Amino acid sequence: MTNANKTKWIAGSAVALALIALPFAVETWISQYYLYLIIKIIVWALFATSFNLVMGYGGMMSFGHAAFYGAGAYTCALLMVKTSCPMPLAFLTAPLAAALAGLVIGYFSVKIKGIFYFATLTLSFAQLLYILVFKWRSFTFGDDGIQGIASPALLSTLDTYVNYYYFALVVSSICFYIMWRIAKSPFGMILRTLRENPERSTFIGVRIQRYRLSAFVISAFFSGVAGALYVFLETSVAPDVFKWSVSGEVLLMGLLGGMHVFFGPALGAVIMVLLNSFITSYTEYWGLFIGITLILIVLFFPQGVGGLINEQLRSTMNRKAA
Amino acid sequence: MEILETKGIKKSFGGVTAVRGVDLQVEEKEIYSVIGPNGAGKTTLFNLISGFHKCDEGRVLFKGADITNLAPEKIVQLGMGRSFQVTSVFPRLTVFENIQATSLVTGGQGLSLFSDASKMRLKNTEEVLSLVELVDKRDELAGTLPAGDRKKLELGIVLATRPEMLLLDEPTCGMSPVETTGTIELIRKIAREMSLTVLLTEHKMDVVFSVSSHITVMNFGVVIAAGKTEEIRNNKLVQDIYFGSTDQPSGR
Repeated sequence: MTNANKTKWIAGSAVALALIALPFAVETWISQYYLYLIIKIIVWALFATSFNLVMGYGGMMSFGHAAFYGAGAYTCALLMVKTSCPMPLAFLTAPLAAALAGLVIGYFSVKIKGIFYFATLTLSFAQLLYILVFKWRSFTFGDDGIQGIASPALLSTLDTYVNYYYFALVVSSICFYIMWRIAKSPFGMILRTLRENPERSTFIGVRIQRYRLSAFVISAFFSGVAGALYVFLETSVAPDVFKWSVSGEVLLMGLLGGMHVFFGPALGAVIMVLLNSFITSYTEYWGLFIGITLILIVLFFPQGVGGLINEQLRSTMNRKAA
Repeated sequence: MEILETKGIKKSFGGVTAVRGVDLQVEEKEIYSVIGPNGAGKTTLFNLISGFHKCDEGRVLFKGADITNLAPEKIVQLGMGRSFQVTSVFPRLTVFENIQATSLVTGGQGLSLFSDASKMRLKNTEEVLSLVELVDKRDELAGTLPAGDRKKLELGIVLATRPEMLLLDEPTCGMSPVETTGTIELIRKIAREMSLTVLLTEHKMDVVFSVSSHITVMNFGVVIAAGKTEEIRNNKLVQDIYFGSTDQPSGR
């Protein structure tokens, strides 16, 4: 094993141990609320990373990713309250429903030329779903949302978040690993060529729409997983999960964390959720602080926090090598 | 034997006719140039042949098959690669990734989801990197390369599609005389080694006359002369219309 690999292995093991020990430390020394917050970060990190496959890798400015997050969340919730579907089956169906939504929305959207039109169309689709869920009261319970979505006793969050934390950690780790492999795969590399120069991609033989649609469906699938994780964390869901502001938040996470680094958007999720939580305990104008932070990041570190860390690590390693 | 033929192709943009019924016959394994002043319709002609624009009228035949208005990616798959006047590469990908991505698409592995693209050893990528003399710069970002190397990289991208024919739109545009000589030598060498047909547009007349076996001269979207290089060099009409004098063209 080379030194670099050894360092990576040690760092990976340390992170894994820390993540396993985290709930006990948090419950013992801090409070349950922070464990809830950590799970929320995991959910958003997963959503932001899946979104980034489309935005950061594929260069597609989707303003409607809430559609897939919401599709996953509502599929789970409706299956749980309207049928006798067991939780694991509802959980597995959610990403499939989200991927189907991705296929339909993507089918129309990837044909559109121009970032503005693409953004508008994806936003319109998401808002359409929002209105549908909001108005179709007899089926979706409308703006009342769906309450009392119970997990099996083992994952219940009534007394403790520990078990659900581990569940979310395992599910999201599997998803992160698959997405990481996809990002590094030939498919991921071709996606990056589409972001960089779609005209040139065409002239190396890439059927652009096929790749874009595939990316859309894959991204929607993992957004659906995030939506399902969210539902069992909150034990309720409201039409707001489809709202444009959710699509906007996930975009901000990408910008904050850095879109060209795999873990950038997850880092953006950590920053956003923590800032939201801490600042709202002092003032209701938390959006103002996020806005200022974002302006500073875009002006001084357009590559995002993740991009900045990545650059620093690379230059440190280069210095050591020299 | 002809590898490419255009028959009366026409293209208008709004009220402006850019190409008015151009006929072209390019023989296999030759270097063929299309010249003409700015606005003559050379790049539009390239765009029509390569599928970038759709023809209003006329036909394009490649290896005997009708490729008129076929999608560019399909034309690439049939064996025709092209470069652009403004160098077209993937700027935030490394030199290696630029070529590797192309090799993956060419090899039909582009949709593979779980192999590590950077670690796949593809013979095509290594061969092309060495052909365009960019092995030493494989880890540099394409966007940070000097203009001459970017042109070489674009040539490498085109070669990685394993073409039978290259369409090169002003391959030495923006290059110094030294870089120009090097690039033309490189194109010659590659065309010879890989048995390629080359169709190019170029503004530098010394380049055109030194590499081409046949030349077509265009002006205002029409062909004003076509023939062997020597015939074009001595064509009075070409000298009058294109060079604005009866002096022998000696380069610009």
